[in-house]
Amino acid sequence: MDLTPLILSRIQFAFTITFHIIFPAFTIGLAAWLTFLEACGIVTGRPIYRRLSDFWLKIFAVAFGLGVVSGIVMAFQFGTNWSELSRRTGPIQGPLLGYESFTAFALEAAFFGVLMFGRERVPRSVYFLACLMVCLGTCLSSFWIMVNNSWMQVPNGFAQTPDGVFVPTDWSAIIVNRVVWVRFPHMVLAAFVTSAFCIAATGAWYMLRRHAVQEGRAMLTMALRLAAILVPVQIGFGHLVGDYVHDLQPAKFAAIEGRWHDEQPASEVLIAWPDERTESNRFQIAVPYLGSLIGSMSLSSKEVGLKSFRPEDRPPVLIPFLAFRVMVGCGLVMLAIAWLGSWLSLSDRIVGARILLWATFLSFPLGFVATITGWFTAEVGRQPWTVYGEIRTADAVTPFLTTPQVATSLAIFGSVYFLIFSFGVLYIYRLLKAGPIPTPDLGRQATNPKRPLSIPGAGTTTETAR
Amino acid sequence: MTLVDLWAAALALALLLYVLLDGFDLGVGLLFPLAPGEPARRRMLAAISPVWDGNETWLVVAGATLFGAFPLVYATLLSAFYLPVIAMLAGLILRGVAFEFRYKTVRFRPLWDAGFVAGSVVATLVQGTMVGALVQGLPIVDGRYVGGPLGWLSPFALLCGIGLCLGYALIGACWLIGKSEGEVRDFAYRVLPWLLAGLLAFLAAAFVYAVLIDLPVMRRWFERPYLVALPVLGVGALAGLVRGIAVRNDRLPFPMAAVVFLAAFGTLAASFLPYMVPFSITIAEAAAPESSLRFLFWGAGLFVFPLTLAYTAAVYFIFRGKVAGEAEYE
Ligand code: HDD
Ligand code: HEM
Ligand code: HEM
Repeated sequence: MDLTPLILSRIQFAFTITFHIIFPAFTIGLAAWLTFLEACGIVTGRPIYRRLSDFWLKIFAVAFGLGVVSGIVMAFQFGTNWSELSRRTGPIQGPLLGYESFTAFALEAAFFGVLMFGRERVPRSVYFLACLMVCLGTCLSSFWIMVNNSWMQVPNGFAQTPDGVFVPTDWSAIIVNRVVWVRFPHMVLAAFVTSAFCIAATGAWYMLRRHAVQEGRAMLTMALRLAAILVPVQIGFGHLVGDYVHDLQPAKFAAIEGRWHDEQPASEVLIAWPDERTESNRFQIAVPYLGSLIGSMSLSSKEVGLKSFRPEDRPPVLIPFLAFRVMVGCGLVMLAIAWLGSWLSLSDRIVGARILLWATFLSFPLGFVATITGWFTAEVGRQPWTVYGEIRTADAVTPFLTTPQVATSLAIFGSVYFLIFSFGVLYIYRLLKAGPIPTPDLGRQATNPKRPLSIPGAGTTTETAR
Repeated sequence: MTLVDLWAAALALALLLYVLLDGFDLGVGLLFPLAPGEPARRRMLAAISPVWDGNETWLVVAGATLFGAFPLVYATLLSAFYLPVIAMLAGLILRGVAFEFRYKTVRFRPLWDAGFVAGSVVATLVQGTMVGALVQGLPIVDGRYVGGPLGWLSPFALLCGIGLCLGYALIGACWLIGKSEGEVRDFAYRVLPWLLAGLLAFLAAAFVYAVLIDLPVMRRWFERPYLVALPVLGVGALAGLVRGIAVRNDRLPFPMAAVVFLAAFGTLAASFLPYMVPFSITIAEAAAPESSLRFLFWGAGLFVFPLTLAYTAAVYFIFRGKVAGEAEYE
């Protein structure tokens, strides 16, 4: 494989946005969780909610910081690496991404300050409002990004000028359509589920370590019950997302299904290793009729295979095929854990169920894995198009980029991200490990021997957790 | 006023706010290594940590406005400035994470402090260099950049990069004066005269250089003599700044420095008009179609932009006054 500027740009985009999405996936859910805790605290007046919220706020702060810094890169990469795409689709993508920043980022950035530094300075109701606004901000941000990406997946509502510029003709068609309204919930639910599992895993961890047991138990039961409701809804939306792909992006659907030939009735490939060279599957296990059932809700429908598309119009097969299965697998495992755990928690048997506690603890990455593999399914499956059916990825890239240029930028991003990611994860781990119990000398000694409580900005963010 | 003008004005405002607000954040980063000891460093950070990410938002707002309203310029400039933009982003990342990370470790604190400083230096340097390259004129033919990976690099551009470092450090020091007491304030008063002298030297050098290489922008100033009003305003503000330093009036330096920046920004913007990328792409050529601008206007322009301004103001109001910190305990 030649390291062309194109392939390097694709790797760079995939790398930076994969890195980025990890943090939104966590913070969108945590913002909602903080709002929920604040509401519980106001309604019940019990101090435990305040302890939980102070604790998760610290984690939120680190994750949010990483989300912001990695997100800014995204907003500029369309211009640096995909200048032809920006030039041609700017009139549509520009305003959509513009709305993202205008509504969400500013909202987040502004109320975020109140969240971090305002606990002692503003009344409780104002604090709650700030939580709510941050939560709203993250969701709105996701909405616009999903509108934008959905337009790239299924472009509509535009006309083209002779020099290839896309002019929006019908904004309501661009914003309100069946694709957005299934993908946006699928994404937001993904974030909620991801956070719920991180919270539940933390709770399970505390219970296993017999540390902060009261808080741990509250986290575990609240988050598992939440997940018990959200995961099935998420799987339902996953089905609806699959429906749109089936109808509007048949080549992607065929790749996801690992279906090479047209079949009638179609079988469903459960596991296989698709081989693009021989255009067939190795090690295949398939269930007859199920493919037609899933694709068209009938036992006899004809389903399209990859060979019906010209080779230059086919997406890579292996990545969407495997990524999709990993996502669905994660979803099913999470469903099992959430239901079993919630059921046990009803009769209070969860405390002794060590196997379930371990399973919950170890399941914390599942949400992230599902989110990332979901995006890989959607984005790699869209290839070779950047704007499906309209602009090929090869025509979207900045035409005069050179390999050394992109190699340099990739190396810069790679090393900077590696640095901040490893430390970011380490600090989040330490905060989690210390737990919500305010131990007086948590090692602040080391940072500031004289005055343990004089923390710059008086915020919880800057507390040390060693 | 047409929609295009309106968005051009909004873009200018977002850029100006970015330069003013993140300018002092970055300036504090530039001054950070000179600070007298860890307590002073903490107080310097405390003076910007509640606002820095809100300030940086204006860069995103400017970028998004550019993409939304002027996609041609967004595509052309960002791809032409490929390496500097990447360097700036990497710098801003290192700067941004340092706020959180340095308090979470003792052993690695020097690492994050180094990142904080290096990030601030790199981001400032390339911002200035890009402005310099724009002033000098990018190689653009038929609306396409043709300069290659380093087409933006020139001695004049680099000089502007250094100039912006001096400028940001100056406004950073002024911010510290308004926000702190004791050691930090004294430190800021100490460095300000040097920064002022450096800035004046830069302005003189840039002017001489511009005359020598016969910058096209210079000709604009002769065509539009009324533009001189802005530099005059700048000089007046500089005088106010000097006076503020002389009598140690803590409230004066920051507003005066802000007016200096405003004057410099205004001078540049006014001498570019009607071009957006001088002298190859005009505002009218760059603008997105009417339907895009209108869509952007009814939500973002009419509500969100003013709202963002309002709550930026509100955040500054909440955190007004000097930062109470360790100074009080000592
Ligand atoms: C579904 C969610 C989602 C997705 C798919 C993306 N983002 Fe994002 N982004 C967010 C959800 C989000 C967020 C939750 O709103 C963040 C995370 C932390 C934060 O501050 O906001 C964010 C931050 C964030 C920021 C920093 C804003 C600030 O200063 O607060 C920028 C510039 C972007 N994003 C841009 C992008 C671009 C250009 C993307 C696509 C190519 C993208 N994001 C994908
Ligand atoms: C188990 C049943 C699930 C099914 C059938 C399903 C189906 C799909 C399909 C077909 C796509 C591709 C959409 C496209 O190409 O545009 C997708 C994308 C995605 N999935 Fe799932 N999914 C399931 C579970 C999950 C779970 C549990 C998560 C996360 C917790 C998740 C997160 C995502 C994300 C983040 C995307 C990318 C965004 C998008 O394209 O909408 N999915 N899903
Ligand atoms: C946030 C989660 C996302 C992930 C993990 C993700 C993942 C990927 C991956 C793996 C690729 C490379 C595909 C390939 O070249 O084979 C890619 C390309 C791309 N994606 Fe995404 N994507 C995400 C969201 C988005 C969004 C929200 C947008 C649009 C706003 C977007 C726009 C693009 C563009 C422009 C490219 C490069 C051109 C292309 O290859 O089509 N992506 N993404």
